[in-house]
Amino acid sequence: MKRFLIPLGIFIVLVGFLAVGLQLNPREVPSPLIGKPAPDFKLALLSDPAKQLSPADLRGKVWLFNVWASWCASCRQEHELLLDLSRQGVVSIYGMDYKDQPGDAQAVLNRYGNPYVETVVDLDGRAGINYGVYGVPETYVIDKSGIIRYKHTGPLTRESLDKKILPLVKELQQ
Amino acid sequence: MIPELGHFALILALLLALVQGILPLVGAARNYPAWMAVAKPAARAQFLFVAFAFGCLAYSFLTLDFSVINVTRNSHSRLPEIYRFTATWGSHEGSMLLWTFILALWTMAVTLFSRHLPEDMMARVVGVMGLVSFGFLLFMLATSNPFLRMEMAMDGSDLNPLLQDPGMVVHPPILYMGYVGFSVAFAFAIAALLSGKLDASWARWSRPWTTAAWSFLTLGIMMGSWWAYYELGWGGWWFWDPVENASLMPWLVGTALIHSLAVTEKRGTFKAWTVFLAIGAFSLSLLGTFLVRSGVLSSVHSFATDPTRGLFILIFLLVVIGGSLLLFALRASQVGLGGRFALVSRESFLMVNNILLLTATGAVLLGTLYPLFLDALGLGKISVGPPYFNSVFVPLVTPLIFLSGIGPLARWKQVNVPELAARLKWGFGASVLVALLLPFTLGEWKPMVSLGYLLSLWIVVTVAIGVRGRMRTSAGWSANFYGMNLAHLGVAVTVIGVTMVSNYQTERNVRMEVGDTVTVQDYTFRFDGVKDMEGPNYKGARGTLEVSRNGKPVSTLHPEKRIYTASGMPFTESAIDYGLTRDLYTALGESLDGGAWSVRLFHKPFVVWIWIGAVLMALGGLLAITDRRYRTSRKKGSAEA
Repeated sequence: MKRFLIPLGIFIVLVGFLAVGLQLNPREVPSPLIGKPAPDFKLALLSDPAKQLSPADLRGKVWLFNVWASWCASCRQEHELLLDLSRQGVVSIYGMDYKDQPGDAQAVLNRYGNPYVETVVDLDGRAGINYGVYGVPETYVIDKSGIIRYKHTGPLTRESLDKKILPLVKELQQ
Repeated sequence: MIPELGHFALILALLLALVQGILPLVGAARNYPAWMAVAKPAARAQFLFVAFAFGCLAYSFLTLDFSVINVTRNSHSRLPEIYRFTATWGSHEGSMLLWTFILALWTMAVTLFSRHLPEDMMARVVGVMGLVSFGFLLFMLATSNPFLRMEMAMDGSDLNPLLQDPGMVVHPPILYMGYVGFSVAFAFAIAALLSGKLDASWARWSRPWTTAAWSFLTLGIMMGSWWAYYELGWGGWWFWDPVENASLMPWLVGTALIHSLAVTEKRGTFKAWTVFLAIGAFSLSLLGTFLVRSGVLSSVHSFATDPTRGLFILIFLLVVIGGSLLLFALRASQVGLGGRFALVSRESFLMVNNILLLTATGAVLLGTLYPLFLDALGLGKISVGPPYFNSVFVPLVTPLIFLSGIGPLARWKQVNVPELAARLKWGFGASVLVALLLPFTLGEWKPMVSLGYLLSLWIVVTVAIGVRGRMRTSAGWSANFYGMNLAHLGVAVTVIGVTMVSNYQTERNVRMEVGDTVTVQDYTFRFDGVKDMEGPNYKGARGTLEVSRNGKPVSTLHPEKRIYTASGMPFTESAIDYGLTRDLYTALGESLDGGAWSVRLFHKPFVVWIWIGAVLMALGGLLAITDRRYRTSRKKGSAEA
């Protein structure tokens, strides 16, 4: 009878792993950029294409870098949270409009409100490639010396903000 | 009103499933005929209520009832009618209802077509299926109710564009017919374990059901693969995605089961093993459902995930699979040994077939779950890709296919080796010679191409030898025999397709301006630009590519780039010129400056053979079911009972 118990044993081990697996998030992929300097870019501003912005201009402050687009439906989900965050004024949010028509992006901001201090326009997605963007929206926490400290893939949630991002921002601001 | 009726029907079906699960099983154990007799009417009534609930959901989708959350999330007022209907199973909730509906359908079929089963066997089989159905109905009502309402929405957020395709009309139902169909083999196995009567008649009863489920699963996987090929825009036909693997694993075990059932039926041996495989095939179907629904693995197929759902399915798995394996451990040791057989015999060939198939299943399971194991142990995140699967799969499948040539020609009990060798030597020699030389005609000689040809020719030759041998003995028509040979020929056809496309496909990623031409193999593609277009629920760009060969026009292809209005999702629609010896596959990439586009062009030799072979396998299975033996034997079974 013992050998007939082997399948049951294997199955129980498997269930153990699946139970642990349920607690984990397979989409949470650690970015190789964490701990590295934010990749450089010099991109035109959405509000004024004549002006440009680069990460170097933001040295000395902690900022959130949010990659979004007007064609991205799930960006709409996190929009309220971002607006809320910008009203609180805890941290400045900079946006990057990824592979988008600037007109469409401006229309979204006019209609739903603008949480961003500034938004840069990444028309051809080249800056996005350097940041390893693979699903819009994505949000990066960048510290005073321009190092990426955290990356969130997918729309932000109240939980991810309160548990991860805001405590990290507070810590970095000190 | 209609959604409430559907919801109510599901609750009634849940109660009926409970009755169907408990009374007949207790009745069979205690020998209460009246309790056993509940099985059939309860199963049929449950089917009616589940079918009614399914109809209600389909009605809500067709009439765009945006007060139902499920409809709002997965439909849209401008979604074409046919996709409004298929959206019924386009969501997590809907696909669970489809699952349950098909389970009820199979149970209904058992009560109709296995009428000659002994009373207690019927009661146990239907009872086990009732318990499985109870679990799924409870799951649906507790965590995934498709009929939940909310405040009326203005419009829906549209069906995932990937699912807006004719392939989605038939792919999920057919695939589920296969997945869920293994529940019949599972129920027969559990019934046999419960009754303690594990004999050849048990194998004979469950054989046609298993083969039917296997045929559906083969077709379902084939459609999924074809859909991925033309819809995802990358021209691949198998991605080793966790969800594809989830359907491949029950298929591999189901294939092993079909072969081991043959041994159990004909020779009365491999009994415990066959029962184990029947439990295994359905368990892997359930495991696949868990992997897809719980979101423990990331995959292109995943729906929105919810941890409570995952926990519920995990507990359900523990009860169903754990319970069956425990029952197996308790009862299987009492099964006596069957007929003896020599080291070289058809039995031992089939045993090796089973071992190879199970090893392949284990390799796929390991590769699919390995990222999860590492993550659970805190050892980091990795993903296992095609290189792993290809390198373990090919060495396992090669001897398997080779044996499938010899097996059918080998005698039961003991093979006369010199005689078999004499029968096969010319066929073997010819296969090797042709396989070695043929690749030269295609230009470059490649070892993997020769191997593919060898396997394929070997099957064709051995099938021919087998069929000729049978015609000489004037044994008459046997659906079982010809079905098996047809399915084996299907394997040969698929092998050719896989070999050719993996070794000789050409891919070009080019920037094209209007009027540019690119030549791939002998075919010249001229880019005639892109025009704006408007579909019912999308906007987009439609490209035109004129294909010619040596100056003669071949076809005009229109690959598209679409943006779905409601979801804003960009989407690539490939355009393919199908052919028996080659597919010409085109897809639009990105729009570049100066009116140019990046365009993907593929020349894919013999790719359709992959799917034609799978269709032949499924047809072979369906042909085998029509064998007279299954009908006459059942009458005999009832006379004995």
